[in-house]
Amino acid sequence: MPVPDGGDALVVLRGVDKHFGTLHVLQSIDLTIHRGEVVVVIGPSGSGKSTLCRAINRLETIDAGEIVVDGRPLPAEGRELAALRADVGMVFQSFNLFAHKTVLDNVTLGQIKVRKKERKKAEERARSLLDRVGVASQADKYPAQLSGGQQQRVAIARALAMDPKVMLFDEPTSALDPEMINEVLEVMRQLARDGMTMVVVTHEMGFARSAANRVVFMADGRIVEETTPDEFFHNPRSDRAKDFLSKILHH
Amino acid sequence: MFDFLQGYDLLGAFWVTVQLTVYSAIGSLVWGTLLAAMRVSPVPLMRGFGTAYVNIVRNIPLTVIIVFTSLGLFQTLGVSLGAERFTTINFRLAVLGLTAYTSAFVCEALRSGINTVPLGQVEAARAIGLSFPQVLRLIVLPQAFRSVVAPLANVLIALTKNTTVAATIGVAEAALLMREMIENEAQLLLISAIFAVGFLCLTLPTGLLLGWVAKKVAVKR
Repeated sequence: MPVPDGGDALVVLRGVDKHFGTLHVLQSIDLTIHRGEVVVVIGPSGSGKSTLCRAINRLETIDAGEIVVDGRPLPAEGRELAALRADVGMVFQSFNLFAHKTVLDNVTLGQIKVRKKERKKAEERARSLLDRVGVASQADKYPAQLSGGQQQRVAIARALAMDPKVMLFDEPTSALDPEMINEVLEVMRQLARDGMTMVVVTHEMGFARSAANRVVFMADGRIVEETTPDEFFHNPRSDRAKDFLSKILHH
Repeated sequence: MFDFLQGYDLLGAFWVTVQLTVYSAIGSLVWGTLLAAMRVSPVPLMRGFGTAYVNIVRNIPLTVIIVFTSLGLFQTLGVSLGAERFTTINFRLAVLGLTAYTSAFVCEALRSGINTVPLGQVEAARAIGLSFPQVLRLIVLPQAFRSVVAPLANVLIALTKNTTVAATIGVAEAALLMREMIENEAQLLLISAIFAVGFLCLTLPTGLLLGWVAKKVAVKR
């Protein structure tokens, strides 16, 4: 398993199992994500990759197994869980910006209410993050006034404002119009270059190739392959991966 | 034509109606919000209490509740709500009864508003580390309130009219005066019309104002 230099385990999943009714969506998943690593999770629909991503900050509970974030097992509901979630950034497919708050307030809210920062400092930080993701001029607008791509970049800034140890991306470009996908991916590439630890569930193979340290291929609730992007795209070992790649790469 | 009105404190009676409405509205907004919070809470005991309260209280006739506050709470249990004069005690008991009753409807209106807030926003709020009370207070309730201004206006109008039930325990509001006037004067239709118009003067502006507010504060999605 390729590990970036000096990397140590930041997120560890051991024997994670989950059922949705009779559907076994996660089947004894073992996965370690190292500090500074960008792991891209790909696979066909219904393979459990979104559930895996959401389980890491306990938006989905698990039936069995263990998830450890930065040396601490995932707490149950309550104050400790909230504290852990503050350290784990999450970006959703449908952006999920707070509709009644301005863009700026979306990015300051967590800093003020969770990190207990002063409003002024929080606003400074928010503006610099909005600038970094290229939507500084939209700070005083409401989410509904922004395009999808802009909203998703605000959502990334909102997550970054918490100074997370790891960022989870749950299909961040799947709800976007095609011409807006790249502006979001570019922000994510920049993050990856800056050394952020990232878990990215995506269908963007170009992003997997260019930004990932490791590709995790999931099918039917299992991790089928786990390797470098080069190896995965040029020399997949499993039939499941070969089949998947043949369907998405040639048409 | 309106000579018979002399000797009756029409405005005073409607002023009591307004006071009953305002105090009960504030009370039921607070208690109804707490009930709604309980009904969506992750704690099963709170959910159970909220559900039981709403289903029991909204299905009891208001008259029964108001009469109970006087006969049950005051005369049997001696609850006088810190007042000494009889009229004050009855007024406060009526506010208590109206609040207990109306809050069940406020709770249900709010709960329907809570359901309009997309689950994704709740998840996003939890994902940045907000606690359950914070998610409710900062994200869910502000949006829920904006989407239920119009239904809450209905509840407020119903409350205004429901204050007439306070007459049964002798609170000197509009309906009590109306009954007195009908007994003493030979002007049944005119008296009824005067009180009907009086209530329209209270409820119509309420509806129009809150309808305007509802449009103004609606959350754009």
